[in-house]
Amino acid sequence: MTTTEEVAKITQDKRDYKYGFVTDIEQEFAPPGLNEDIVRFISAKKGEPEWLLEWRLKAFRHWQTMEEPDWQFLPYSYERPNYQGISYYAAPKEKPKSLDEIDPAILETYNKLGIPLEEQKVLAGVEGAATSAADALGGGGGKVAVDAVFDSVSVATTFQDELEKHGIIFCSISEAVKNHGDLVKRYLGSVVPYSDNFYATLNSAVFSDGSFVYIPKGVKCPMELSTYFRINASNTGQFERTLIIADEGSTVSYLEGCTAPMRDENQLHAAVVELVAHKDATIKYSTIQNWYPGDETGKGGIFNFVTKRGICEGDRSHISWTQVETGSAVTWKYPSCILKGDDSKAEFYSVALTNLRQQADTGTKMIHIGKNTTSHIISKGISAGEGHNTYRGLVQMNKGAANAKNFTQCDSILIGDRCGAHTFPYIDVRNPTASAEHEASTTKIAEDQLFYCTARGIEEEDAVSLLVNGFCKEVFNELPMEFAVEANKLLAVSLEGSVG
Amino acid sequence: MTQATAESTTRFADAHAAVLARADAAGTGALNDTRRAAFDAFTAQSIPTLKHEDWRYTDLRELNKTDYAPAEPNTDVTADDIAPFLIPNLDTHLIVFVDGHWREDLSAIDEHPEGTAIGTLAQAYAKGCTGITDYLGKQVDLETDAMSALNTALMEDGAAIYLKPGKTIDKPIHVLSVATAKAAGTMTHPRNLIVAGEDASVTVLEHYVTLGGENYFNNAVTELFAADRAEVHHYLLEREAESAVNISTLEIHQGEKSDVHSHTVLLGGKLVRNNVRPTMAGEDGHCLINGLFVGHGDQTLDNAMRVEHNAPNCRSRQFYKGIMSDKSHGVFTGRIVVAEEGQQTDAIQSNRNMLLSDDARMNARPQLEIYADDVRCTHGATTGQVDPEAVFYFRARGLPEDVARAMLIYAFAAEGFDRMQLVPVRALLANEMIAKLPMANKLSAEFNEEIKQRLYRI
Repeated sequence: MTTTEEVAKITQDKRDYKYGFVTDIEQEFAPPGLNEDIVRFISAKKGEPEWLLEWRLKAFRHWQTMEEPDWQFLPYSYERPNYQGISYYAAPKEKPKSLDEIDPAILETYNKLGIPLEEQKVLAGVEGAATSAADALGGGGGKVAVDAVFDSVSVATTFQDELEKHGIIFCSISEAVKNHGDLVKRYLGSVVPYSDNFYATLNSAVFSDGSFVYIPKGVKCPMELSTYFRINASNTGQFERTLIIADEGSTVSYLEGCTAPMRDENQLHAAVVELVAHKDATIKYSTIQNWYPGDETGKGGIFNFVTKRGICEGDRSHISWTQVETGSAVTWKYPSCILKGDDSKAEFYSVALTNLRQQADTGTKMIHIGKNTTSHIISKGISAGEGHNTYRGLVQMNKGAANAKNFTQCDSILIGDRCGAHTFPYIDVRNPTASAEHEASTTKIAEDQLFYCTARGIEEEDAVSLLVNGFCKEVFNELPMEFAVEANKLLAVSLEGSVG
Repeated sequence: MTQATAESTTRFADAHAAVLARADAAGTGALNDTRRAAFDAFTAQSIPTLKHEDWRYTDLRELNKTDYAPAEPNTDVTADDIAPFLIPNLDTHLIVFVDGHWREDLSAIDEHPEGTAIGTLAQAYAKGCTGITDYLGKQVDLETDAMSALNTALMEDGAAIYLKPGKTIDKPIHVLSVATAKAAGTMTHPRNLIVAGEDASVTVLEHYVTLGGENYFNNAVTELFAADRAEVHHYLLEREAESAVNISTLEIHQGEKSDVHSHTVLLGGKLVRNNVRPTMAGEDGHCLINGLFVGHGDQTLDNAMRVEHNAPNCRSRQFYKGIMSDKSHGVFTGRIVVAEEGQQTDAIQSNRNMLLSDDARMNARPQLEIYADDVRCTHGATTGQVDPEAVFYFRARGLPEDVARAMLIYAFAAEGFDRMQLVPVRALLANEMIAKLPMANKLSAEFNEEIKQRLYRI
């Protein structure tokens, strides 16, 4: 629970959007615009093999034939990004090699982000820093390996040595292409094909960096893996690509955090995340998304058009998505699971908050193919200010999905009378032994509970925050500890000013 | 526009011209401008395809396969032909349409109170009853609803029911639409109008049946206006031959404290789309939407509800149940829309479906669209099979499995019947539904009798 002082402090931070700083470092840009040359430029910049360039070009050619989707439920609509006005590549000129060499501006950025100094060393790849960083991050208990992606380029990855001992590959996708080309070639686009949808196809053509994770057979990843994304430069889009493969019997938990500076114009974030869980493997993917949401008139903010999909490839595999979405002007995101292996399991836990004039159309898709597959969806929507929050989800039981089961619960609360909460589930059942259950409710924040709190001297704003946290508890319980604390604070901050 | 839709538009243009040409003789020439405007609205949209979100699961390309022409008046049908379609043990006013044309000789409109009118749309226009005709088209959005625009462009006749404030018509009004379907490729676009003034009360049954087995297209629109404190019960019984494409749209406008009950039972038809769209425009309104669809063979039964809460303090209840067997395909889309004005809305929606065969399919889309904060809205949807544990319970007590299953399926559906106030309608439908279930013959005669008894008692 966040105390009043903390809320006050965070609130103060929020007023200036805590993460809304711009790091002034020299960057290398691709000229704005998109054509085959730009795709070649990106590929060449990254020293990619021929097959990847061909794949990018195939995606680009396909993208040119596609139309931007307009079926999302966005009551305020939004100005379509000008795809020729965006720069598709922005990288810090020099890749940092040691703490001394690292650009002070980047270090300053880490400070502002609240990354501990010890960890900064790790991020900067200073030798011998790993152990102390572990101490710095929660007394040896919760170790987190971080891959930081700054605009288009992975800046640094920590703990690589320790992970290597277990045979775990955790690096930027560019490195993976160089060092583990066969793995990347085998899995890239296997879950989200290059032709999947408008934004995923665009991503396939121009993706710049992202994280790559491979957990070998039978290995339980000893620490949380984490990627931190930040859009920094103006007029750029961020198109990262994440690929996580859990081989037979392995387990991994992965965290993703996002921020962006405050800018008047809208910036595009079109990422693709692919998860592959083999037999008996478990992947847990958690996101805290706090991109800049724009101001209260709806000016600025990030367009978050993300394709995330996992496949439970083998029997008894398990994928779990947890997301806390509080940022972005427009969110368009459906982390999905294809339950292909028999007895596989998938979960989706989501908290989506819209305040100001934010619009979110988010949910999940669960495609049941294998027998005895189960999926569980818990979605909590919070609408405040003039925000519009939409849950959109698909549960599909294919013909072969004997005894498949789904349970879905979507709850929304409304705070204030100028916001909206919408629920659009799609349930498609083609097997008589499969069962799908969906429940949803939309209510106002409970007045009697609010009264109970305020009657006991809790400020109204704190009371709302308390109730909202309680409302979201089912989802927060799924988050790793460090993230759960952050998520709590984030909600309190994002709700500031929504009462009264 | 694809070639197919272009063709169908041309085809409907010929039909439209034919309807315009014979309108004067029928007494509805005054409607021709409305028809023309509606036809323009239709051609602007054309027949919706699967890409249209509202028609995602129901493929109307079926309509492009046949050259539908407006049905001609038919005088061969006799009272004996329609006798099987009367509802046993129910005394009603009867309005009969054969292939969309009113058959005065077969209709039987009994005494009804002064200040009420039971007749046809054409009569209302011929007599200049603006009290009724002024309402025509008020609740239909031609720009966004292509099929209602098509109905308006091709409408010829339908039932017109009017009640002045404070009036009650006690006996239910049975609007029986008989399709002869002796020749292939006919179409009808019935247009019904029900206007209940303040404090008025009436029950209307729309009943669609078929004599022959040829394919035809029936696209009906009913506009129902319930003024303040009016109470209207509306039944739609779809029992057409499985050669029919049927689209039925019920548009409802509700005033303050009005109470509307809509009951729909879909049993027949090859491709059926049932739209029910109440708008709660006055405070403290109440509306019940109750439905049951039972599909077999390769039927497609598509139900689309849209409840709009545009006024404070209204209550709406939606209960839809589907039972799909063989290769049938059931669709349920229910949307509750609460506008900013709809504070204190209390809305519940429930859709429960049973799949009885490997090839049956069910699509459910329960939706909430909410712009007011002080509301209580819930929806639930389930799809599954007959509960194996319940079957086990019966078997442990000596019932054969198929009988146990049949009883459980029946019990599942019976809840929907129990909400209907017209007991004879329940009995009629229960029998017909049982006959349609896969294990019907396994239910003993005694059990059937028991069901009837129970239904009559309630």
